[in-house]
Amino acid sequence: MEPKIRLENVSYYYGNQPALRDVTLDIPPNAITVIFGPAGGGKTTLLRLINRLNDEVEGTRMTGRVLLDGQDIYAPGVDVPRLRRRVGMVFALPLPLPGTVRENILYGPKLAGVRDRARLEEILERSLRLAALWDEVKDRLDDPASRLSGGQQQRLCIARSLALEPEVLLLDEPTSGLDPISTGKVEEALQELKHRYTIVIFPHSVQQAARVADYAAFFLMGEMVECQPGRDLFTTPRDRRTEDYITGRFG
Amino acid sequence: MGKPKRLSHPSHPRWGEFAIESTIRVLAFSSIGFVILIFFFLVREGFPIFWETSPENLFGTRWYPTFGLFGTLPLILGSFLVTVTAILIALPLGVATAVFVREVAPNWAREILKPMIEVLAGIPSVVLGFFGMTVVAPLVREVLGAPTGLTAFTGALILAYMALPTIISVAEDALDAVPKSYRDAGLAMGATQWQTIWRVVVPAARSGIVTAVMLGLGRAIGETMAVMMVTGNAARMPLTLDSLFRPVRTMTATIAAEMGEVAQGSVHYHALFGIGIILFVITFIINAMAAVTIFKKPRRGGLR
Repeated sequence: MEPKIRLENVSYYYGNQPALRDVTLDIPPNAITVIFGPAGGGKTTLLRLINRLNDEVEGTRMTGRVLLDGQDIYAPGVDVPRLRRRVGMVFALPLPLPGTVRENILYGPKLAGVRDRARLEEILERSLRLAALWDEVKDRLDDPASRLSGGQQQRLCIARSLALEPEVLLLDEPTSGLDPISTGKVEEALQELKHRYTIVIFPHSVQQAARVADYAAFFLMGEMVECQPGRDLFTTPRDRRTEDYITGRFG
Repeated sequence: MGKPKRLSHPSHPRWGEFAIESTIRVLAFSSIGFVILIFFFLVREGFPIFWETSPENLFGTRWYPTFGLFGTLPLILGSFLVTVTAILIALPLGVATAVFVREVAPNWAREILKPMIEVLAGIPSVVLGFFGMTVVAPLVREVLGAPTGLTAFTGALILAYMALPTIISVAEDALDAVPKSYRDAGLAMGATQWQTIWRVVVPAARSGIVTAVMLGLGRAIGETMAVMMVTGNAARMPLTLDSLFRPVRTMTATIAAEMGEVAQGSVHYHALFGIGIILFVITFIINAMAAVTIFKKPRRGGLR
Protein backbone atom coordinates (compact mmCIF):
# COMPACT_ATOMS: atom_id res chain seq x y z
CA MET A 1 0.00 0.00 0.00
CA GLU A 2 1.22 3.49 -0.82
CA PRO A 3 2.11 5.35 2.34
CA LYS A 4 0.14 8.52 3.03
CA ILE A 5 3.16 10.20 4.51
CA ARG A 6 6.76 9.21 3.94
CA LEU A 7 9.75 10.62 5.76
CA GLU A 8 13.03 10.06 3.95
CA ASN A 9 16.26 10.45 5.92
CA VAL A 10 14.90 13.39 7.87
CA SER A 11 17.30 15.06 10.27
CA TYR A 12 16.44 18.21 12.14
CA TYR A 13 18.49 20.55 14.25
CA TYR A 14 17.72 23.35 16.68
CA GLY A 15 20.94 25.31 16.29
CA ASN A 16 23.50 22.54 16.58
CA GLN A 17 21.28 20.37 18.76
CA PRO A 18 19.93 17.45 16.74
CA ALA A 19 16.26 16.69 17.42
CA LEU A 20 15.80 14.04 14.75
CA ARG A 21 18.55 11.87 13.31
CA ASP A 22 18.10 10.35 9.89
CA VAL A 23 14.51 9.22 10.35
CA THR A 24 12.90 7.18 7.60
CA LEU A 25 9.29 6.25 8.23
CA ASP A 26 6.21 5.34 6.21
CA ILE A 27 2.81 6.24 7.62
CA PRO A 28 0.04 4.18 6.02
CA PRO A 29 -3.36 5.69 5.20
CA ASN A 30 -6.58 4.97 7.12
CA ALA A 31 -4.82 3.66 10.17
CA ILE A 32 -3.62 4.88 13.52
CA THR A 33 0.13 5.18 13.67
CA VAL A 34 1.45 5.60 17.18
CA ILE A 35 4.75 7.33 17.76
CA PHE A 36 6.02 6.79 21.26
CA GLY A 37 9.11 6.93 23.39
CA PRO A 38 10.56 8.91 26.28
CA ALA A 39 10.39 12.69 26.34
CA GLY A 40 12.95 14.52 24.28
CA GLY A 41 12.89 11.84 21.60
CA GLY A 42 11.97 14.27 18.84
CA LYS A 43 8.31 13.28 18.63
CA THR A 44 6.84 16.77 18.77
CA THR A 45 9.39 18.00 16.27
CA LEU A 46 8.37 15.20 13.94
CA LEU A 47 4.69 16.16 14.08
CA ARG A 48 5.43 19.82 13.58
CA LEU A 49 7.46 18.97 10.50
CA ILE A 50 4.57 17.16 8.86
CA ASN A 51 2.41 20.29 8.79
CA ARG A 52 5.33 22.70 8.60
CA LEU A 53 4.45 24.38 11.87
CA ASN A 54 8.17 24.55 12.61
CA ASP A 55 8.64 27.00 9.75
CA GLU A 56 8.07 29.76 12.29
CA VAL A 57 10.89 28.66 14.58
CA GLU A 58 14.10 30.51 13.95
CA GLY A 59 17.55 28.92 13.88
CA THR A 60 16.54 25.45 12.76
CA ARG A 61 17.82 23.28 9.96
CA MET A 62 16.37 20.27 8.24
CA THR A 63 17.71 17.70 5.80
CA GLY A 64 15.85 14.92 4.05
CA ARG A 65 12.37 14.92 2.56
CA VAL A 66 8.80 14.74 3.83
CA LEU A 67 6.33 13.43 1.28
CA LEU A 68 2.55 13.66 1.43
CA ASP A 69 0.92 11.46 -1.22
CA GLY A 70 4.31 11.28 -2.86
CA GLN A 71 4.78 15.04 -3.05
CA ASP A 72 7.56 16.87 -1.23
CA ILE A 73 5.85 19.29 1.16
CA TYR A 74 9.06 21.29 1.52
CA ALA A 75 9.39 21.83 -2.21
CA PRO A 76 9.37 25.48 -3.26
CA GLY A 77 5.93 26.81 -4.18
CA VAL A 78 3.99 24.69 -1.71
CA ASP A 79 0.93 26.53 -0.38
CA VAL A 80 1.59 26.14 3.34
CA PRO A 81 -1.85 27.18 4.66
CA ARG A 82 -3.45 24.70 2.25
CA LEU A 83 -1.05 22.00 3.41
CA ARG A 84 -2.03 22.72 7.00
CA ARG A 85 -5.69 22.36 6.11
CA ARG A 86 -4.93 18.93 4.68
CA VAL A 87 -2.89 17.98 7.73
CA GLY A 88 -4.86 18.87 10.85
CA MET A 89 -3.23 19.04 14.25
CA VAL A 90 -4.50 18.68 17.81
CA PHE A 91 -2.29 19.86 20.63
CA ALA A 92 -1.46 18.34 23.98
CA LEU A 93 -3.39 20.90 25.97
CA PRO A 94 -6.98 21.48 24.95
CA LEU A 95 -6.81 24.95 23.55
CA PRO A 96 -10.14 26.51 22.81
CA LEU A 97 -9.73 29.85 21.13
CA PRO A 98 -11.61 32.75 22.68
CA GLY A 99 -15.24 32.54 21.66
CA THR A 100 -18.12 30.11 21.58
CA VAL A 101 -18.22 26.45 20.64
CA ARG A 102 -19.66 27.38 17.27
CA GLU A 103 -17.01 30.03 16.61
CA ASN A 104 -14.26 27.59 17.49
CA ILE A 105 -15.43 24.97 15.03
CA LEU A 106 -16.23 27.38 12.21
CA TYR A 107 -13.12 29.47 12.57
CA GLY A 108 -11.10 27.34 10.14
CA PRO A 109 -13.79 26.90 7.46
CA LYS A 110 -14.51 30.64 7.53
CA LEU A 111 -10.82 31.38 7.04
CA ALA A 112 -10.83 28.93 4.17
CA GLY A 113 -13.58 31.02 2.58
CA VAL A 114 -16.76 29.07 3.34
CA ARG A 115 -19.59 31.63 3.63
CA ASP A 116 -22.77 29.67 3.02
CA ARG A 117 -24.82 29.49 6.26
CA ALA A 118 -26.36 26.07 5.62
CA ARG A 119 -22.97 24.65 4.65
CA LEU A 120 -21.41 26.02 7.85
CA GLU A 121 -24.17 24.49 9.99
CA GLU A 122 -23.60 21.20 8.24
CA ILE A 123 -19.84 21.35 8.92
CA LEU A 124 -20.53 22.24 12.53
CA GLU A 125 -22.75 19.25 13.16
CA ARG A 126 -20.68 16.81 11.15
CA SER A 127 -17.39 17.70 12.87
CA LEU A 128 -18.90 17.57 16.33
CA ARG A 129 -20.51 14.21 15.59
CA LEU A 130 -17.25 12.80 14.26
CA ALA A 131 -15.49 13.89 17.44
CA ALA A 132 -18.26 12.23 19.51
CA LEU A 133 -19.17 15.54 21.07
CA TRP A 134 -22.40 16.52 19.33
CA ASP A 135 -24.81 14.98 21.83
CA GLU A 136 -23.08 16.73 24.72
CA VAL A 137 -22.89 20.21 23.25
CA LYS A 138 -25.74 20.48 20.76
CA ASP A 139 -27.67 22.71 23.17
CA ARG A 140 -24.62 24.75 24.16
CA LEU A 141 -23.26 25.78 20.79
CA ASP A 142 -23.28 29.43 21.75
CA ASP A 143 -21.65 28.99 25.15
CA PRO A 144 -18.02 30.03 25.58
CA ALA A 145 -15.86 27.08 24.62
CA SER A 146 -13.96 27.41 27.87
CA ARG A 147 -17.03 26.34 29.86
CA LEU A 148 -16.77 22.83 28.48
CA SER A 149 -15.00 20.22 30.58
CA GLY A 150 -11.40 19.31 29.78
CA GLY A 151 -12.39 16.17 27.88
CA GLN A 152 -15.00 18.07 25.94
CA GLN A 153 -12.52 20.82 25.13
CA GLN A 154 -10.08 18.29 23.74
CA ARG A 155 -12.76 16.72 21.57
CA LEU A 156 -13.74 20.25 20.54
CA CYS A 157 -10.18 20.76 19.34
CA ILE A 158 -10.37 17.51 17.41
CA ALA A 159 -13.67 18.64 15.92
CA ARG A 160 -12.10 21.97 15.05
CA SER A 161 -9.42 20.18 13.06
CA LEU A 162 -11.99 17.92 11.43
CA ALA A 163 -14.05 20.91 10.34
CA LEU A 164 -11.38 21.59 7.75
CA GLU A 165 -11.90 18.10 6.32
CA PRO A 166 -8.24 17.19 6.57
CA GLU A 167 -6.73 14.01 5.18
CA VAL A 168 -4.31 13.53 8.02
CA LEU A 169 -4.86 14.17 11.72
CA LEU A 170 -1.85 14.70 13.95
CA LEU A 171 -2.52 14.36 17.67
CA ASP A 172 0.09 15.39 20.23
CA GLU A 173 -0.80 13.56 23.45
CA PRO A 174 -4.46 14.38 23.02
CA THR A 175 -5.45 12.79 26.32
CA SER A 176 -2.60 13.91 28.56
CA GLY A 177 -4.80 16.13 30.71
CA LEU A 178 -7.88 13.93 30.72
CA ASP A 179 -9.41 11.47 33.16
CA PRO A 180 -9.83 7.82 32.11
CA ILE A 181 -13.46 8.23 31.05
CA SER A 182 -12.76 11.19 28.80
CA THR A 183 -9.70 9.40 27.51
CA GLY A 184 -11.88 6.43 26.62
CA LYS A 185 -14.23 8.70 24.70
CA VAL A 186 -11.42 10.32 22.73
CA GLU A 187 -9.95 6.91 21.92
CA GLU A 188 -13.34 5.63 20.77
CA ALA A 189 -13.70 8.66 18.55
CA LEU A 190 -10.29 7.92 17.05
CA GLN A 191 -11.26 4.35 16.23
CA GLU A 192 -14.18 5.72 14.23
CA LEU A 193 -12.11 8.41 12.58
CA LYS A 194 -9.39 6.13 11.30
CA HIS A 195 -11.70 4.78 8.64
CA ARG A 196 -11.75 8.18 7.03
CA TYR A 197 -8.43 9.72 7.99
CA THR A 198 -4.79 8.94 8.43
CA ILE A 199 -4.04 9.40 12.10
CA VAL A 200 -0.68 9.97 13.74
CA ILE A 201 -0.77 10.10 17.51
CA PHE A 202 1.59 10.39 20.45
CA PRO A 203 0.00 8.44 23.23
CA HIS A 204 0.53 9.63 26.76
CA SER A 205 1.38 6.16 27.98
CA VAL A 206 2.63 2.86 26.64
CA GLN A 207 -0.71 1.32 27.59
CA GLN A 208 -2.53 3.78 25.40
CA ALA A 209 -0.04 3.14 22.61
CA ALA A 210 -0.80 -0.56 22.78
CA ARG A 211 -4.56 0.08 22.87
CA VAL A 212 -4.87 2.27 19.82
CA ALA A 213 -1.92 1.37 17.58
CA ASP A 214 -2.37 -0.15 14.16
CA TYR A 215 1.26 0.71 13.58
CA ALA A 216 3.77 1.79 16.16
CA ALA A 217 7.13 3.51 15.92
CA PHE A 218 9.48 3.76 18.87
CA PHE A 219 11.62 6.89 19.11
CA LEU A 220 14.63 7.33 21.35
CA MET A 221 16.78 10.46 21.43
CA GLY A 222 15.82 11.59 17.97
CA GLU A 223 16.30 8.19 16.42
CA MET A 224 13.63 5.83 15.21
CA VAL A 225 14.48 2.55 16.82
CA GLU A 226 11.86 0.43 15.08
CA CYS A 227 8.49 0.52 13.39
CA GLN A 228 6.10 -2.41 13.13
CA PRO A 229 2.40 -3.17 13.14
CA GLY A 230 1.29 -2.43 16.70
CA ARG A 231 0.32 -6.01 17.49
CA ASP A 232 3.86 -7.19 16.68
CA LEU A 233 5.78 -4.36 18.26
CA PHE A 234 4.13 -4.69 21.62
CA THR A 235 4.40 -8.48 21.73
CA THR A 236 7.67 -9.21 19.96
CA PRO A 237 9.81 -6.09 19.72
CA ARG A 238 12.87 -6.56 17.56
CA ASP A 239 15.09 -4.17 19.39
CA ARG A 240 16.30 -4.59 22.94
CA ARG A 241 15.73 -0.88 23.72
CA THR A 242 12.10 -1.09 22.67
CA GLU A 243 11.57 -4.10 24.85
CA ASP A 244 13.18 -2.38 27.83
CA TYR A 245 10.94 0.62 27.37
CA ILE A 246 7.63 -1.14 26.94
CA THR A 247 8.29 -3.53 29.79
CA GLY A 248 8.98 -0.51 31.98
CA ARG A 249 12.68 -1.02 32.53
CA PHE A 250 13.34 2.61 31.78
CA GLY A 251 11.50 5.74 30.72
CA MET B 1 9.46 16.62 74.34
CA GLY B 2 11.39 19.90 74.33
CA LYS B 3 9.87 23.29 74.48
CA PRO B 4 8.69 24.29 70.95
CA LYS B 5 10.74 27.06 69.43
CA ARG B 6 8.94 30.34 69.13
CA LEU B 7 8.75 31.54 65.58
CA SER B 8 7.17 34.92 66.01
CA HIS B 9 9.83 36.76 68.00
CA PRO B 10 13.52 36.46 67.32
CA SER B 11 15.65 36.35 70.47
CA HIS B 12 17.17 39.78 69.77
CA PRO B 13 15.48 42.66 67.94
CA ARG B 14 16.74 43.28 64.40
CA TRP B 15 17.28 47.00 64.40
CA GLY B 16 18.69 47.21 60.89
CA GLU B 17 15.63 45.60 59.43
CA PHE B 18 13.32 47.74 61.51
CA ALA B 19 15.05 50.91 60.34
CA ILE B 20 14.87 49.96 56.68
CA GLU B 21 11.23 48.97 56.92
CA SER B 22 10.29 52.20 58.66
CA THR B 23 12.16 54.33 56.15
CA ILE B 24 10.41 52.66 53.27
CA ARG B 25 7.07 53.04 55.00
CA VAL B 26 7.63 56.77 55.65
CA LEU B 27 8.68 57.35 52.04
CA ALA B 28 5.71 55.46 50.69
CA PHE B 29 3.21 57.29 52.87
CA SER B 30 4.78 60.68 52.16
CA SER B 31 4.42 60.22 48.41
CA ILE B 32 0.76 59.42 48.94
CA GLY B 33 0.59 62.43 51.26
CA PHE B 34 2.06 64.72 48.63
CA VAL B 35 -0.53 63.67 46.11
CA ILE B 36 -3.28 64.39 48.62
CA LEU B 37 -1.74 67.78 49.44
CA ILE B 38 -1.49 68.70 45.78
CA PHE B 39 -5.11 67.75 45.34
CA PHE B 40 -6.20 69.89 48.31
CA PHE B 41 -4.11 72.80 47.10
CA LEU B 42 -5.68 72.51 43.68
CA VAL B 43 -9.17 72.45 45.13
CA ARG B 44 -8.48 75.31 47.55
CA GLU B 45 -7.10 77.58 44.85
CA GLY B 46 -9.52 76.58 42.13
CA PHE B 47 -12.81 75.96 43.86
CA PRO B 48 -13.70 79.60 44.58
CA ILE B 49 -14.19 80.16 40.85
CA PHE B 50 -17.32 78.06 41.00
CA TRP B 51 -19.07 80.73 43.10
CA GLU B 52 -17.11 83.77 41.98
CA THR B 53 -18.66 83.58 38.53
CA SER B 54 -21.89 82.16 37.27
CA PRO B 55 -21.96 78.68 35.71
CA GLU B 56 -23.15 80.34 32.46
CA ASN B 57 -19.98 82.38 32.38
CA LEU B 58 -17.68 79.53 33.44
CA PHE B 59 -19.02 77.12 30.85
CA GLY B 60 -19.60 79.82 28.26
CA THR B 61 -17.99 80.12 24.89
CA ARG B 62 -15.76 83.13 25.44
CA TRP B 63 -12.46 83.13 27.33
CA TYR B 64 -11.47 86.80 27.80
CA PRO B 65 -10.12 87.05 31.36
CA THR B 66 -9.43 90.78 31.05
CA PHE B 67 -13.17 91.37 30.48
CA GLY B 68 -14.20 88.97 33.22
CA LEU B 69 -15.25 86.31 30.71
CA PHE B 70 -14.08 82.88 31.82
CA GLY B 71 -15.80 80.57 29.34
CA THR B 72 -13.81 77.32 29.53
CA LEU B 73 -15.79 75.55 26.81
CA PRO B 74 -13.47 76.54 23.91
CA LEU B 75 -10.50 75.33 25.96
CA ILE B 76 -12.13 72.02 26.86
CA LEU B 77 -13.20 71.49 23.26
CA GLY B 78 -9.73 72.54 22.07
CA SER B 79 -8.08 69.93 24.28
CA PHE B 80 -10.66 67.40 23.20
CA LEU B 81 -10.18 68.11 19.49
CA VAL B 82 -6.40 67.92 19.63
CA THR B 83 -6.35 64.82 21.83
CA VAL B 84 -8.94 62.84 19.92
CA THR B 85 -7.31 63.63 16.59
CA ALA B 86 -3.96 62.64 18.05
CA ILE B 87 -5.36 59.30 19.19
CA LEU B 88 -7.02 58.70 15.82
CA ILE B 89 -3.60 59.12 14.24
CA ALA B 90 -1.61 57.27 16.91
CA LEU B 91 -3.90 54.27 17.42
CA PRO B 92 -3.61 52.61 14.00
CA LEU B 93 0.05 53.56 13.70
CA GLY B 94 0.89 52.35 17.19
CA VAL B 95 -0.98 49.06 16.98
CA ALA B 96 0.39 48.36 13.52
CA THR B 97 3.92 49.07 14.75
CA ALA B 98 3.42 46.86 17.80
CA VAL B 99 2.14 44.05 15.57
CA PHE B 100 5.10 44.50 13.27
CA VAL B 101 7.68 44.56 16.04
CA ARG B 102 6.20 41.60 17.89
CA GLU B 103 4.83 39.38 15.15
CA VAL B 104 6.50 40.14 11.87
CA ALA B 105 9.96 41.58 12.39
CA PRO B 106 12.83 39.09 12.66
CA ASN B 107 14.66 38.92 15.99
CA TRP B 108 17.56 41.14 15.01
CA ALA B 109 15.23 43.91 13.80
CA ARG B 110 13.22 43.68 17.02
CA GLU B 111 16.39 44.12 19.05
CA ILE B 112 17.09 47.37 17.20
CA LEU B 113 13.52 48.70 17.05
CA LYS B 114 12.55 48.21 20.69
CA PRO B 115 15.27 50.41 22.22
CA MET B 116 14.70 53.02 19.51
CA ILE B 117 11.02 53.20 20.42
CA GLU B 118 11.92 53.56 24.07
CA VAL B 119 14.30 56.41 23.24
CA LEU B 120 11.41 58.17 21.49
CA ALA B 121 9.59 58.25 24.83
CA GLY B 122 12.51 60.13 26.37
CA ILE B 123 12.55 63.10 24.01
CA PRO B 124 11.64 66.22 26.03
CA SER B 125 8.36 67.69 24.89
CA VAL B 126 9.89 71.11 24.32
CA VAL B 127 12.20 69.57 21.74
CA LEU B 128 9.22 68.05 19.99
CA GLY B 129 7.45 71.39 20.19
CA PHE B 130 10.43 73.09 18.59
CA PHE B 131 10.48 70.43 15.89
CA GLY B 132 6.77 71.02 15.41
CA MET B 133 7.20 74.78 15.08
CA THR B 134 10.11 74.70 12.68
CA VAL B 135 9.36 71.62 10.58
CA VAL B 136 5.79 70.38 10.91
CA ALA B 137 3.99 73.73 11.05
CA PRO B 138 5.51 75.13 7.81
CA LEU B 139 4.75 71.79 6.17
CA VAL B 140 1.12 71.90 7.29
CA ARG B 141 0.81 75.49 6.08
CA GLU B 142 2.25 74.70 2.65
CA VAL B 143 0.44 71.43 2.08
CA LEU B 144 -2.94 72.74 3.22
CA GLY B 145 -2.52 76.27 2.01
CA ALA B 146 -3.71 77.49 5.42
CA PRO B 147 -2.91 81.02 6.62
CA THR B 148 -0.91 79.58 9.49
CA GLY B 149 0.70 76.24 10.21
CA LEU B 150 0.02 76.55 13.93
CA THR B 151 -3.20 74.55 14.02
CA ALA B 152 -5.03 71.91 16.04
CA PHE B 153 -3.91 69.39 13.45
CA THR B 154 -0.24 70.27 13.92
CA GLY B 155 -0.68 69.82 17.65
CA ALA B 156 -2.39 66.50 17.09
CA LEU B 157 0.49 65.29 14.92
CA ILE B 158 3.04 66.15 17.60
CA LEU B 159 0.88 64.64 20.35
CA ALA B 160 0.36 61.48 18.32
CA TYR B 161 4.11 61.25 18.02
CA MET B 162 4.43 61.62 21.78
CA ALA B 163 1.77 59.03 22.56
CA LEU B 164 3.21 56.49 20.10
CA PRO B 165 6.00 55.05 22.28
CA THR B 166 3.56 54.41 25.13
CA ILE B 167 1.00 52.80 22.84
CA ILE B 168 3.60 50.69 21.06
CA SER B 169 5.33 49.39 24.20
CA VAL B 170 2.15 48.55 26.09
CA ALA B 171 0.43 47.02 23.05
CA GLU B 172 3.55 45.03 22.31
CA ASP B 173 3.60 43.64 25.84
CA ALA B 174 -0.04 42.68 25.44
CA LEU B 175 0.70 40.83 22.19
CA ASP B 176 3.69 39.19 23.84
CA ALA B 177 1.44 37.87 26.60
CA VAL B 178 -0.73 35.95 24.12
CA PRO B 179 0.35 32.32 24.50
CA LYS B 180 2.35 30.90 21.64
CA SER B 181 -0.10 28.02 21.52
CA TYR B 182 -2.78 30.41 20.19
CA ARG B 183 -0.56 31.19 17.23
CA ASP B 184 0.15 27.52 16.66
CA ALA B 185 -3.56 26.73 16.82
CA GLY B 186 -4.34 29.45 14.28
CA LEU B 187 -1.58 28.37 11.93
CA ALA B 188 -2.45 24.69 12.32
CA MET B 189 -5.94 25.53 11.10
CA GLY B 190 -4.52 26.71 7.85
CA ALA B 191 -4.66 30.40 8.66
CA THR B 192 -1.98 32.52 7.06
CA GLN B 193 0.34 34.42 9.35
CA TRP B 194 -1.68 37.54 8.63
CA GLN B 195 -5.03 35.88 9.45
CA THR B 196 -3.56 34.42 12.63
CA ILE B 197 -2.40 37.86 13.76
CA TRP B 198 -5.67 39.68 13.04
CA ARG B 199 -8.17 36.97 13.88
CA VAL B 200 -6.49 35.24 16.83
CA VAL B 201 -3.61 37.17 18.38
CA VAL B 202 -4.91 40.75 18.26
CA PRO B 203 -8.40 39.81 19.58
CA ALA B 204 -6.77 37.84 22.38
CA ALA B 205 -4.68 40.90 23.30
CA ARG B 206 -7.59 43.29 23.01
CA SER B 207 -7.81 44.40 26.62
CA GLY B 208 -4.10 45.18 26.68
CA ILE B 209 -4.39 47.19 23.49
CA VAL B 210 -7.28 49.20 24.95
CA THR B 211 -5.11 49.91 27.98
CA ALA B 212 -2.29 51.04 25.71
CA VAL B 213 -4.58 53.52 24.02
CA MET B 214 -5.91 54.79 27.36
CA LEU B 215 -2.40 55.38 28.66
CA GLY B 216 -1.44 57.11 25.43
CA LEU B 217 -4.56 59.24 25.72
CA GLY B 218 -3.70 60.12 29.32
CA ARG B 219 -0.28 61.22 28.23
CA ALA B 220 -1.61 63.26 25.33
CA ILE B 221 -4.32 65.19 27.16
CA GLY B 222 -1.99 66.38 29.91
CA GLU B 223 0.77 67.48 27.56
CA THR B 224 1.46 71.20 27.69
CA MET B 225 4.65 72.50 26.21
CA ALA B 226 4.64 70.96 22.75
CA VAL B 227 0.96 71.75 22.32
CA MET B 228 1.37 75.35 23.40
CA MET B 229 4.16 75.79 20.87
CA VAL B 230 2.32 74.50 17.83
CA THR B 231 -1.45 74.99 18.19
CA GLY B 232 -1.57 78.76 17.75
CA ASN B 233 -3.38 79.37 21.07
CA ALA B 234 -6.49 81.16 19.86
CA ALA B 235 -9.32 80.49 22.30
CA ARG B 236 -12.02 80.06 19.73
CA MET B 237 -14.83 77.52 19.63
CA PRO B 238 -13.76 74.64 17.36
CA LEU B 239 -17.24 73.93 16.04
CA THR B 240 -16.89 73.73 12.29
CA LEU B 241 -15.14 70.94 10.44
CA ASP B 242 -12.26 73.15 9.34
CA SER B 243 -11.47 73.99 12.97
CA LEU B 244 -8.99 71.16 12.85
CA PHE B 245 -6.89 73.27 10.53
CA ARG B 246 -7.27 76.49 12.51
CA PRO B 247 -5.51 77.56 15.68
CA VAL B 248 -7.03 76.31 18.93
CA ARG B 249 -6.13 76.62 22.56
CA THR B 250 -6.02 73.76 25.04
CA MET B 251 -6.61 73.77 28.79
CA THR B 252 -3.00 72.99 29.59
CA ALA B 253 -1.64 75.69 27.30
CA THR B 254 -3.95 78.27 28.87
CA ILE B 255 -2.72 77.52 32.37
CA ALA B 256 0.91 77.53 31.31
CA ALA B 257 0.65 80.74 29.30
CA GLU B 258 -1.35 82.83 31.77
CA MET B 259 -0.24 81.62 35.17
CA GLY B 260 2.90 83.74 35.11
CA GLU B 261 1.07 87.02 34.70
CA VAL B 262 -1.94 86.58 36.89
CA ALA B 263 -2.41 88.28 40.27
CA GLN B 264 -2.48 85.71 43.04
CA GLY B 265 -5.94 85.34 44.56
CA SER B 266 -7.72 87.09 41.71
CA VAL B 267 -10.72 85.66 39.92
CA HIS B 268 -8.54 84.94 36.91
CA TYR B 269 -6.12 83.06 39.17
CA HIS B 270 -8.94 80.96 40.56
CA ALA B 271 -10.22 80.36 37.05
CA LEU B 272 -6.87 78.91 35.97
CA PHE B 273 -6.92 76.54 38.92
CA GLY B 274 -10.50 75.75 38.05
CA ILE B 275 -9.28 74.58 34.63
CA GLY B 276 -6.73 72.50 36.51
CA ILE B 277 -9.54 70.82 38.45
CA ILE B 278 -11.47 70.08 35.26
CA LEU B 279 -8.33 68.63 33.69
CA PHE B 280 -7.63 66.60 36.80
CA VAL B 281 -11.11 65.13 36.75
CA ILE B 282 -10.85 64.23 33.05
CA THR B 283 -7.41 62.61 33.43
CA PHE B 284 -8.59 60.80 36.54
CA ILE B 285 -11.54 59.34 34.66
CA ILE B 286 -9.31 58.21 31.79
CA ASN B 287 -6.77 56.62 34.13
CA ALA B 288 -9.51 54.95 36.14
CA MET B 289 -10.94 53.51 32.94
CA ALA B 290 -7.49 52.24 31.97
CA ALA B 291 -7.04 50.73 35.42
CA VAL B 292 -10.41 49.02 35.21
CA THR B 293 -9.50 47.43 31.88
CA ILE B 294 -6.15 46.31 33.29
CA PHE B 295 -7.46 44.79 36.48
CA LYS B 296 -10.70 43.43 35.18
CA LYS B 297 -10.36 39.66 35.27
CA PRO B 298 -10.84 38.44 31.74
CA ARG B 299 -14.07 36.50 31.48
CA ARG B 300 -12.84 32.97 31.21
CA GLY B 301 -12.75 32.00 27.60
CA GLY B 302 -15.18 34.57 26.28
CA LEU B 303 -13.79 37.13 23.92
CA ARG B 304 -11.65 39.34 26.06
